[in-house]
Amino acid sequence: MVAGIRTLNLRKVYTSAPPVAAGTGGFSFGAPKPKAKGKQPKPEIVALDGISLDILPGEIFCLLGPNGAGKSTTVGVLTTRVRPTSGQAFIGEHDVWQSQVTVKRLIGVVAQRPNLDFSLTAREILIFHGAYFGLSSQERAKRAEALLERFKLTDRADQMVRGFSGGMMQRLSIARAMMHDPQVLFLDEPSAGLDPQTRLLLWEIVREYNQSGKTILLTTHNMEEADALCKRLAIIDHGRVIALGTPQELKASVPGGYLLRLRLGVHSPDLLQRLQGLAGVREVRATDGNGADLYADRGGPLVAEVANLAAAAGVELCDVHISEPSLENLFLHHTGRSLRE
Amino acid sequence: MNWKAFFAMLARDAHVARRNFVALLFQTFLQPLMFVFIFGRVMVGSGYMPPSYKSLLLPGIMAICMVGTGIWAVAMPLIAEFQFTREIEDRLLAPMEISWLAIEKVVAGTLQALAAGFMVIPAAWLLLRPGVDLNVPHPLLFAVVAVLVALFSATGGLALGCSMQQTHIGLMFSLVVAPMIFFGCTYYPWSALEKFPILQKAVLVNPLVYASEGLRATMIPQFPHLPLTAVVVGLVFFNALLLATGLRSFHGKSVS
Repeated sequence: MVAGIRTLNLRKVYTSAPPVAAGTGGFSFGAPKPKAKGKQPKPEIVALDGISLDILPGEIFCLLGPNGAGKSTTVGVLTTRVRPTSGQAFIGEHDVWQSQVTVKRLIGVVAQRPNLDFSLTAREILIFHGAYFGLSSQERAKRAEALLERFKLTDRADQMVRGFSGGMMQRLSIARAMMHDPQVLFLDEPSAGLDPQTRLLLWEIVREYNQSGKTILLTTHNMEEADALCKRLAIIDHGRVIALGTPQELKASVPGGYLLRLRLGVHSPDLLQRLQGLAGVREVRATDGNGADLYADRGGPLVAEVANLAAAAGVELCDVHISEPSLENLFLHHTGRSLRE
Repeated sequence: MNWKAFFAMLARDAHVARRNFVALLFQTFLQPLMFVFIFGRVMVGSGYMPPSYKSLLLPGIMAICMVGTGIWAVAMPLIAEFQFTREIEDRLLAPMEISWLAIEKVVAGTLQALAAGFMVIPAAWLLLRPGVDLNVPHPLLFAVVAVLVALFSATGGLALGCSMQQTHIGLMFSLVVAPMIFFGCTYYPWSALEKFPILQKAVLVNPLVYASEGLRATMIPQFPHLPLTAVVVGLVFFNALLLATGLRSFHGKSVS
């Protein structure tokens, strides 16, 4: 039976830096715990602020957002590593925090940073992982061989992983997560640090795994990856879902689709008002400094008209950046910030 | 309880220990055996120490080897795996309650400490002979004490490994392990502290005292030692305390 993923109003508030092994990215380790003095309240970090998701069985779902948005914490809650402050999380029918062992059988997890067993060779890592999940020795050896082959690691199979490159470690981490054939696969920033060729191999393998009927939850801040792989995605920021839908639906929800980022010599409310009147312009927003964001249903053809209006208003047009309909535009539209900021 | 996962993790630890066997051997035995040679052989042979010191020294050296091995085997990997390499994450996601992973670490550490303890006896005996008056009248009692000592080393390793920062490993040895060994009645019997009554009472908070004295009580009962009941009660108490503390810290490190 293929399992889906569901979260209900998940909240996670940290009152101290989380332990590194809890799988939450974006925090440094070794930070001293703040000591409570008298009744002074502990500083709180709201990592998740009411995340509700319903991911269908057999779906590739993506959590897109900048660093610190709450993607890894969501994955942590769903994989038994981060206890939510409130709310519920389910894998299939099973409440993650009431049936941890059952849930762990159903999931495979690729963490944001490599966490391979450095005391073992690549093949041993896969074989011991299979043993933890109760696979027979014959089955373990067979699956390990097939995965090493699939991930192009056969020639390094019997070497210690300490000397592996980042890309090889990442491939092996994904192979390990697939070793026990989980129903739900979590990939936390899987292509971070991978070269383009390996990234394409990864995408191919993810699609192939999904075609065998498995559910995949992937986090990324790479819009291209989300666009290429996901059936649906949620954009999250500051622990909240700010948009949810298919990549096409979400891109279509940006007014006009195209974004022209203008940098002007001086701030001119009059010019912004005139720009709003141009044919095809849906929305004009002043940005920090002397800039303006134009959401429109066309890109390049508008530039000449914008330049003419600026010249007529006596405002210097220093720079124009045109973005075609993209998830980046969507994020910018919702938050006023770029995903990379 | 998922015994398959539990034994698979034990097999993994055994595999890693086998792979590092030679390094482990030197790390565990070199320093204690050099101590045995200088204090038991050279200083006794040159008349600076009485001949009976040979017999007194052997149980203490066995306690040091066992405790050192258990702490090293459990604490060091935990410190690294939780904080730097994160290797433990894969095992935390195995279909098993996470407390059992901590218990597996304790079992693996206990077995390694027992192996170290039983290997150091013939090695030290060979270095010290003749004149070592080993006498084990109750092998079963000796086995019970040896298991309790090994357990203490592993539970101590769990508690230390889950509470120390990676940057504090040096401090762990200089502030915890070294004082524990020097004030743990390893190189001298507890009765030798009679002339220092305050120190004699103060060292009773050191669990290694019960380990060394317990091994003396069961290996060389003809020499003065703490009563066996006190040894067993002391070791059981410290084992329970360290296990409870260790499990609590392990949970804290595993789930945020």
